[in-house]
Amino acid sequence: MVDLDVPTETAADSRPVLELRDVHAAYGQIEVLHGIDFSVASGGVLALLGPNGAGKSTSLRVASGQMVPTSGCLHVLGRHCNGLKPDALSRAGMCTLPDGRGIFPNLTVTENLRLMTFGGSTRAQVEELTFARFPRLSERRGQVAGTLSGGEQQMLAMARTLSVEPAVLLLDEISMGLAPMIVAELYELVAQIAAEGVAVVLAEQFAATALGVATHVAVVVQGRIVASGTPDALPDDLADAYLGGVAA
Amino acid sequence: MHEFIAYTIIGLVVGAAYAVAAMGLVVTYSTSGIFNIAHGAIGMLMAFVFWQLSVPWHVPAGLAFVITVFILAPLFGAFVERVLIRRVSSASVSVTLVVTIALTLVLIGLVDKIWPPTSRVVAPFFGNHGFNLLGVFVIWQDLITIIIAMAIAIGLRLLLFRTRAGIAMRGVVDNRELIGLFGGRPSRSSTFSWSIGASLASVAGILVAPTLQLDPIILTLLVIDAYAAAMVGRLRSLPMTFVGALAVGLLSSYATGYFPTTGFWNSTPIQGLKLSVPSVLLFIVLLALPMSRLRSGVQRRQVGLPTASLARSIQGGVLLVAAVAVGVNFLNPGNVVTLGISLATGLVCLSLVPLAGWGGQVSLCQMTFAGLGAFAMSKFGHGGSIFGLVAAAGLAAVVGAIVALPALRLRGLYLALATMAFATAMDNMFFPSAVVFGFNGSVHIERPSLFGLHVSTDKSFDIFLAVVFAALAIGLLAMRRGSFGRVLIAMKDSEAACATLGLSLTMTKLLVFALSAAIAGLAGALLGGAESVAGATSFLMLQSLPILVVLVVAGGAICSGALVGGLALGFLPSGVEYLFIGGAGVILGANPEGLLPIAYLRGNRLWKGMAPRDVDGPSAALLGTDKAGALAGGTAA
Ligand SMILES: Nc1ncnc2c1ncn2[C@@H]1O[C@H](COP(=O)(O)OP(=O)(O)O)[C@@H](O)[C@H]1O
Ligand SMILES: [Mg+2]
Repeated sequence: MVDLDVPTETAADSRPVLELRDVHAAYGQIEVLHGIDFSVASGGVLALLGPNGAGKSTSLRVASGQMVPTSGCLHVLGRHCNGLKPDALSRAGMCTLPDGRGIFPNLTVTENLRLMTFGGSTRAQVEELTFARFPRLSERRGQVAGTLSGGEQQMLAMARTLSVEPAVLLLDEISMGLAPMIVAELYELVAQIAAEGVAVVLAEQFAATALGVATHVAVVVQGRIVASGTPDALPDDLADAYLGGVAA
Repeated sequence: MHEFIAYTIIGLVVGAAYAVAAMGLVVTYSTSGIFNIAHGAIGMLMAFVFWQLSVPWHVPAGLAFVITVFILAPLFGAFVERVLIRRVSSASVSVTLVVTIALTLVLIGLVDKIWPPTSRVVAPFFGNHGFNLLGVFVIWQDLITIIIAMAIAIGLRLLLFRTRAGIAMRGVVDNRELIGLFGGRPSRSSTFSWSIGASLASVAGILVAPTLQLDPIILTLLVIDAYAAAMVGRLRSLPMTFVGALAVGLLSSYATGYFPTTGFWNSTPIQGLKLSVPSVLLFIVLLALPMSRLRSGVQRRQVGLPTASLARSIQGGVLLVAAVAVGVNFLNPGNVVTLGISLATGLVCLSLVPLAGWGGQVSLCQMTFAGLGAFAMSKFGHGGSIFGLVAAAGLAAVVGAIVALPALRLRGLYLALATMAFATAMDNMFFPSAVVFGFNGSVHIERPSLFGLHVSTDKSFDIFLAVVFAALAIGLLAMRRGSFGRVLIAMKDSEAACATLGLSLTMTKLLVFALSAAIAGLAGALLGGAESVAGATSFLMLQSLPILVVLVVAGGAICSGALVGGLALGFLPSGVEYLFIGGAGVILGANPEGLLPIAYLRGNRLWKGMAPRDVDGPSAALLGTDKAGALAGGTAA
């Protein structure tokens, strides 16, 4: 874990932990990102907002190494990381929860937790941290993950962020299809993780919840960032159009 | 009682060997998502390697076992995964089937070259020493087999459920990308799973080698018997696989021991049933499988070759006939016969075009249908009667429909395995029967005479075959352009999408199966005519494998692919054809379109304006005959 006594405020502004610079990316012949720039510093929470199909997930896929950008750079902790495989980035301290559920549906809860030890923590540590935070999972440890409720599945997925002690956390629509109470609980955890100095990027289509924890916002539309800044500095019209009228 | 104990012990030992093979298959399938048809061939290769080490090179048997099972086999498995399987890991089931079938052919061909057929004996571990169990003498090898099978079962269970590497192997099938995001290395998992699979295959091969001859085909086919066991475990559950394997072993053993051998029971079909217990079980287990989940279609990269128009296909047909009519005058007599065999084999390939090329249904029993056709021709085609041909197509169509009927609900891999089980059962129960191809296993097949037109000379028969090929291809292409053809393509693209559109595929599958079988049956009758004889060993399941591979390599969805495939099978010198065709399949199988469409498109681009735009027809014939000429010229010179 990033040291807690690092003066995050100043470190945050001087050196971004994760940075995408003029990133273009394509599926086959079709370019879907036409120059994405964003950066996030230690302790910062960047909310990537935008309509369905805007390119949020694709941006995160580039950041996590699942897709190689056709041009532009991916920097992690100041290092050029284009072409690095997801598993290498993961072991270097990047934790990614992809869209959908970031778990193995045919493995049991404990088996899923076992796979969270690639980051270096032991099995006992992972289970202890997880079950302390999400006691409900402890009752279901032998159950096949695919048969858990949506909220429990997302808790299991989030458990990985607890135990791998990441430097960067990428979350793709973790609120999708979940009850508001559970979403609130998950975001509370996100805020807490960020407060410990982790750089967080979260992609969300519905902004209201995300804005509660975001320190920065970037609005993605059709593969481009059309606005970015602190949540309250966004132009009103954009806020209305894409953030579901947060101003109200 | 004594007898019963003896058969039980034999059954358990055989079952244990099946269990080792089947568990390897299941581990590979459940952790890499690919059903390895070549599993048996890998075990066979490793049994030969073990023989080489222990007999000619005098390595002590135990050490040779360790070297083969723990070093060479895992390395070979890893090599296969890295070089072949990784490229097709996200391809459709048919592609992975073709690639692993091609690998099977390569390995059989390779072993045949390295170890030319002679009698080779693998001695059991500790020779014929053993002990008495309930009055039955059991050799140590048998006990070792059972112990090894149990140890492997326990070891695999621990590996897959108790170790992180094992859990990751199971996770990779669920979601390959996610393992990477967790920090695991997905490619390592797959390599590891293929290493284990190859290692288990080698154990099975070495353990059964003493009781069987060290023969590439026998050892390869033996593992097919293990498919039934693997299916009992639904390709997932190791304990069920183990139980299934023991059941297959025991049933086979009791069948051998207790089947009456007198009177009616002495007929070939019934005696063949003894040998067919595993394939019959495989068929039954497949039918009892619950309906598999519809998966959304795999996205295919299209080269965008349009279907030939009527004019083009007629042009192509005329060109083919003309080329053959002229060509036969320049060939020596031997090659005229070979050309006939090639054209008839091309017809067998052609039977797969609507079924596999357009409909996406892999069948591994086309040669069996061809054999049925040859059988019908021998019974009803006296004096070259046209009824022989009608009966050939009709019988094959009826049997094809009967096979397809229960198999209709199966798809992809399971359908392919069901056809394989059917073909294997026919190998044992039907073709060896004296009723079918006579007491010495071969009968004379007459060439048809049509409306007083004699096609009995080799040359005229070649031309006749070309006419039949052209006519069938023109007809098939017309069908392809019609609504039935579009449904076939839709079925190949996605059965799930068809279902949501309310398109019932049951009738479509039945029809295309029957049509394909009918063409194969006709082809078989003509193949018999081309060779003048049909034999009990000419139509085995194994011979259906190169048909599929060669067609896919040449271009599975186009009629000219079948022609080129037939020519390749006919003119490649025997002895290297498995290596050659298998090699081509292994290299090119990942490209589901095949060579010809790509060649056509390249050619089109080169000669834009000169070459016809939809090239299926004429260049097909051109390419085919060019190749025939080149090959024939080569062999004639
Ligand atoms: N696997 C894929 N293949 C092809 N196109 C894709 C794929 N995934 C996403 N796209 C396309 O890329 C664009 C951006 O998608 P995505 O990043 O998933 O958007 P978002 O997450 O913002 O909803 C969309 O137009 C989508 O259709
Ligand atoms: Mg998305």
